[in-house]
Amino acid sequence: MDFQSCVNIKKEWDIVGARQLGRDISKKIGFGTVDQARIATAISELARNIYLYAGTGKVCFETIENLNEKGLRIIAIDEGPGIRDVTQVMEDGFSTSGGLGAGLPGVKRLMDEFDVISRQGEGTEVNVVKWLR
Amino acid sequence: METNLKEIVLNNSDDIVRMWLEEIEKNRKHDYTSTISDELFESTNREFVNVIFSSLEKKGLTNDIEGFAERLINLGWPLSYLTDGMQAFRRVTINYILSQSTKVDTDYFSEILSKVDEWVDPIINQLVNEYSGSWENIVSLQKVALQELSAPLIPVMENITVMPLIGTIDTERAKQIMENLLDGVIKHHSEVVLIDITGVPVVDTMVAHHIIQAAEAVRLIGSTCILVGIRPEIAQTIVNLGIDLSKFPTKSSLRKGFESALEITNRQIVELEGQHKDIEELIDSLDGE
Ligand SMILES: Nc1ncnc2c1ncn2[C@@H]1O[C@H](COP(=O)(O)OP(=O)(O)O)[C@@H](O)[C@H]1O
Ligand SMILES: [Mg+2]
Repeated sequence: MDFQSCVNIKKEWDIVGARQLGRDISKKIGFGTVDQARIATAISELARNIYLYAGTGKVCFETIENLNEKGLRIIAIDEGPGIRDVTQVMEDGFSTSGGLGAGLPGVKRLMDEFDVISRQGEGTEVNVVKWLR
Repeated sequence: METNLKEIVLNNSDDIVRMWLEEIEKNRKHDYTSTISDELFESTNREFVNVIFSSLEKKGLTNDIEGFAERLINLGWPLSYLTDGMQAFRRVTINYILSQSTKVDTDYFSEILSKVDEWVDPIINQLVNEYSGSWENIVSLQKVALQELSAPLIPVMENITVMPLIGTIDTERAKQIMENLLDGVIKHHSEVVLIDITGVPVVDTMVAHHIIQAAEAVRLIGSTCILVGIRPEIAQTIVNLGIDLSKFPTKSSLRKGFESALEITNRQIVELEGQHKDIEELIDSLDGE
């Protein structure tokens, strides 16, 4: 836990801003093209969910540097309506907006660690990590 | 009282202009105008201060301000030159009036401040409005230009059309892609449309969803949509996301997509053998030399 920076999500184009910052950081950490694309896509999903379902929130980045491993932690936080049933949204194809419903389960597969904490009426926090291999 | 203050300023315009020019010159060293030639800077300052005084004399806004601002906008001078200049005018004028007054009580002082504000603020407002109007104009023109670029459709040959997508796809653009695609397919009687996503930086579920819907719509009006230009890393993320593109024809490159399009429209590329030989002979004869 070395360095943290956030992008506020308020309008649709902020998603692109978050993606760009995430890509820059992952490039610096040393991720290859495929992992950079995975990370950018995951950020896109999380930021878009904030924009669509919570209205506003933020996406934060943290470089992880331990003795024997390096990685990137991404935290997407909002104070929106929250998710009623977390198990349900982790099923492929579940969407309340007519979307593909592949966002959250997709992010879980794109990243190495995945964690959602959500309370109805209080907000949602999605915490994911990608390790450099 | 009111006319008094204004008279002080107008009757001593030479002094005030001199002080103002000094102030402007002083600020110049460390700012944006340092690259502008001395003559241009001086003549612009003169013009600026004339505009201010003519607005004072005429008790209000004039076309001079508009014309002056327009010229500076075209020359690319920053707005801060004008706002800094107006603030300098405010300071100089207040100082000058104070220096000319024998007795200064609080009432008189606040009278001066509010009078000078009354002269300066409308000019600042008009200048800012001129500038922001021109920015809004530029932004809206660029928006139109971007929209025109956002989903182009190219009829490369009879019945085959290509839509090359470059850059980020947001909701607005996704809508345009769909509209242009359907309009274009009908207009050009395309049997096959190739959507090339080589230039799309990120394909997330939203983008994939829109592309799937567009391809489905194209299928419903009787044509075939082939997705091409899927870079290897994008192919991987699509698979990770669990998006099923198996229902749609996809090809890695535009070239391969075009070959399938030819097949679908019962055509093929034939190399002209004769010409080939000629070239080979030519090369052979060159080699011999
Ligand atoms: N930040 C969030 N706040 C509230 N609800 C959310 C949030 N993120 C996701 N959801 C809910 O989870 C569902 C599934 O999300 P996702 O997997 O990204 O698919 P999609 O966005 O296509 O619906 C959404 O339809 C929405 O109801
Ligand atoms: Mg989503």
